[in-house]
Amino acid sequence: MSHVTFIEANGTEHGVDVDNGVSVMEAAIQNSVPGIDGDCGGNCACATCHVYIDPKWAPLTGERTQMEHDMLEFAEGVEPNSRLACQIHMTAELDGLVVRMPESQH
Amino acid sequence: MYFSWGDPKMATAFKQSDDLMAAAREEAFSMPLDKIDVSDGARFVNNTFWPFFERLRRDAPIHYCAESKFGPYWSVTRYKDIMAVDTNHAIFSSDAHLGGITVADMDDDFILPMFIAMDPPKHDVQRKAVSPIVAPANLAVLEVLIRERAQKIFDNLPINEPFDWVDRVSIELTTQMLATLFDFPWEERRKLTYWSDIATSDPDLPGNPNRQERQVILLECLQYFTNLWNERVNAPPAGDLISMMAHDPATRDMAPMEYLGNLILLIVGGNDTTRNSISGGLLFLNENPDQYEKLRQNHKLVETMVPEIIRYQTPLAHMRRTALQDTILGGQHIRKGDKVVMWYVSGNRDESEIENPNAFIIDRARPRQHLSFGFGIHRCVGNRLAEMQLKIVWEEILKRWPMIEVLEPPVRVSSSFVKGYEKMMVRIPG
Repeated sequence: MSHVTFIEANGTEHGVDVDNGVSVMEAAIQNSVPGIDGDCGGNCACATCHVYIDPKWAPLTGERTQMEHDMLEFAEGVEPNSRLACQIHMTAELDGLVVRMPESQH
Repeated sequence: MYFSWGDPKMATAFKQSDDLMAAAREEAFSMPLDKIDVSDGARFVNNTFWPFFERLRRDAPIHYCAESKFGPYWSVTRYKDIMAVDTNHAIFSSDAHLGGITVADMDDDFILPMFIAMDPPKHDVQRKAVSPIVAPANLAVLEVLIRERAQKIFDNLPINEPFDWVDRVSIELTTQMLATLFDFPWEERRKLTYWSDIATSDPDLPGNPNRQERQVILLECLQYFTNLWNERVNAPPAGDLISMMAHDPATRDMAPMEYLGNLILLIVGGNDTTRNSISGGLLFLNENPDQYEKLRQNHKLVETMVPEIIRYQTPLAHMRRTALQDTILGGQHIRKGDKVVMWYVSGNRDESEIENPNAFIIDRARPRQHLSFGFGIHRCVGNRLAEMQLKIVWEEILKRWPMIEVLEPPVRVSSSFVKGYEKMMVRIPG
């Protein structure tokens, strides 16, 4: 199990514990964390699980894939630390991960 | 003379459609697989296309139809395979010059480039020129407007008297929305409905304009919009779609046919789809009285009902791609240049991906997991606006009336692309 903290655009924090291997998107959906939609079910195909990775965790979450890059092209409010949560899978190394959500998923 | 839901005459009307469906099922499961052609609009008029897709999903999920009025094409009918094609834009192209995004190729002498029918990188920059209009900040502004207009439309509906829901509500509301997005002359807004219908009409059907006539009408549309462009390009940038295109570097130098193409995209995309989902929702609630009752008991279910309506309606039955290279899909060898049709209407009923897919259930756990908006880089740019419009419609209806009765089976559109309704008579009991 690892811990993820989701921070809504209004500052509300949600901490959840999930099995390793589960994607950060699934972690939110399984625990009814508001602010992550995940319409495509984790196929990197809708960009409705857009999150901002807390800077100190960025080196551990890896790089965007080409498809992820293409999908983020059309998301709102994209920043250099934007990622799609379905493309990040929890590991022991990511225990304690902090991600922030945009105002809405689009 | 109309009769209410539950009336024996109503039952007779629906019995006829049950009989038609039974015959279609018999045919679908007995005919040779290679003879199945799901692109025939006639089966969409009488709503008997369903068993053909059921057969294809079961027996030939990647299916080749060698002969159809649209030429040879592949059908992709399962949810996961559709997702695979939709997310692989490097192999499956949307390019207008290869035929575009519907099973019907564009007319060779009348190609309309539009960003939905482009590949990256041009697609990306043109889409980004217009997408701010449906960004969260603007949606909040539009929400107030849409609600006021919906209220006005609903407050003027006749009580205890049959009327056409498609015309009075679905078309009116979506056309008003579209007129706002374009800042289109208000009194002439039904021109938008007209052009939208013409653009998607089948030129081979009797009564419809033929190819030549259709081109003439669409060029009139271009002329009208060119006047609006000329006004806006010389004025400071504003928040409407025409001004946005006229001032964005990615779109300001578009050729006339490209301007027309993008207009048609925005008109059809913002019109037909939401219109038919507004009509469909009311039909589904009438067909499923237990769901209507559940909704009456808990108005908050509008939230999950809206995406379920969009799944269940699937207002665009398919999108098409063209293979840019030989590839293997679900064990089938697709060749470079082949036409590949993703049947969203079938994938949305795929039992291996969606539980009890043929049931209309307004409180599903993950109702947004459906194909109606497409996936990948061409995913519907207006999806959140569409959902918002439907949400407002149902909130305002529930504030006013516990029940709106559908009085007879609706008249459906003859198209395997636009899946919708021409007419649906209803009555609000007084």
